[in-house]
Amino acid sequence: MKYAFSFLAVIALILIAWLGSQIPGMPYLFGVALPYLAMIIFLGGCVYKVVQWAKSPVPFPIQTTCGQGKSLDFIKHNRLEAPSTNGEVVARMFLEVVTFRSLFRNTKSEIHEGPYITYESSKWLWCFALIFHYSFFSIVVRHLRLFLDPVPAWIGWWEFVDGLFEVGAPTWYISDVGLVVGCLLLFSRRLITRHVRYISLVNDYFPLVLIFAVAVTGILMRFFLRADIDIVNIKQLTVGLVTLSPVIGAKIGAIFYIHVFLVCVLIAYFPFSKLMHFAGVFLSPTRNLRNDSRAVRHINPWNPKILPHSYAGYEDEFREFMVNADIPVEKELTPSKDE
Amino acid sequence: MYNKGTIIPGLVIFVLLVTFPIWFNAFSTASTVPKIELPPGGEKECVASATEMRAKHMVLLNEWRDDVLRSGNKTAVTVGGKEYRRGLQTACMQCHTNKDKFCDSCHTYTSVNVYCWDCHLTPDVAAAKKEKH
Repeated sequence: MKYAFSFLAVIALILIAWLGSQIPGMPYLFGVALPYLAMIIFLGGCVYKVVQWAKSPVPFPIQTTCGQGKSLDFIKHNRLEAPSTNGEVVARMFLEVVTFRSLFRNTKSEIHEGPYITYESSKWLWCFALIFHYSFFSIVVRHLRLFLDPVPAWIGWWEFVDGLFEVGAPTWYISDVGLVVGCLLLFSRRLITRHVRYISLVNDYFPLVLIFAVAVTGILMRFFLRADIDIVNIKQLTVGLVTLSPVIGAKIGAIFYIHVFLVCVLIAYFPFSKLMHFAGVFLSPTRNLRNDSRAVRHINPWNPKILPHSYAGYEDEFREFMVNADIPVEKELTPSKDE
Repeated sequence: MYNKGTIIPGLVIFVLLVTFPIWFNAFSTASTVPKIELPPGGEKECVASATEMRAKHMVLLNEWRDDVLRSGNKTAVTVGGKEYRRGLQTACMQCHTNKDKFCDSCHTYTSVNVYCWDCHLTPDVAAAKKEKH
């Protein structure tokens, strides 16, 4: 019941924030102290993780290639799939980060009667991931309107495009729907695909449920539970947070504190979870190395330092013993002066 | 640590991006928190209570628009003995005459870009247009 546990954990978090924010004085904990704490954990944790990764040596060039590597001139080199220069690596990495090309290659294997095994392209994961990640990104950018004062014009343009359908008031955003749908799709994928379900753990389900709850509380706050949700008052607090002088002007509804608390848990949990793939993708040796192992020697960083030792040097070191043992030497011992 | 030349600039960019709102606000002039201007005419009553209007005015305006313009139902609403013709110009802006101080101050502060004024006119502009014709 790994997914049930995730739901229980998120419900517990919601209850903590809901009941906790009703206690006098506690809004400052949920609205000011915890966001700062979560942000410090997020920044510190992410930097720590990346430094730890950067300290790990890469003993072999283990880039994964999906095309013809650079070879003789008349063999066509697949520059994107087997990059041999830094520029090609950057191009490949950029497309990986922006379009998730490795998910595009996802295949599904099935055993049929015979027995035959078949492999077929399965693009669902790629599609769901695109919906989810781009919605998430758009929502993060849109939230900048609460933190920047005055709000730059480009955020208004971003909101315009995101709310292009102009459905309802306040406008529904495409990314709001996208995030909820994306969470549901990725979650159902883990439940429905048997082998993915078999390998799914609590730390796969929990972030999905948590992000789903963040999205739902945000939507509830914007459209439905409007009691004491005065955006001017909220912006006063959020701008106060980033100008390091936070104030809570008037009473803010509990749904706001629930939303903020869930976000705090999410960003504090980030560095210790699989969500760190946002930084990990840049540090994957299978992606960020050049495929030039035939042209450039990759040296294992933990190899002991062994200096070249020529035969002439060897003989210099052991000549006396060699002569004593009647081993022929190329250069005779120089007779010492006393003899 | 390996590859310091890329790891450290990468981390610096990451931290700067995450803390972007702090730098942005530090180098920009903060606007004052807007305070709504009460009707200059001194009216105290509205179609709903202040808290309800604060939370739901956009929903109300949307419903009025759909009802009046799209369904053709032009019946006025009567609240507290006073009759309001449902419409932004015919009801709201009769009392809240100053768009800049009543509507825009909060909307600009929180980057809410409303499309009311794509069709509607403020009382000043409406009066100016009337004079012309």
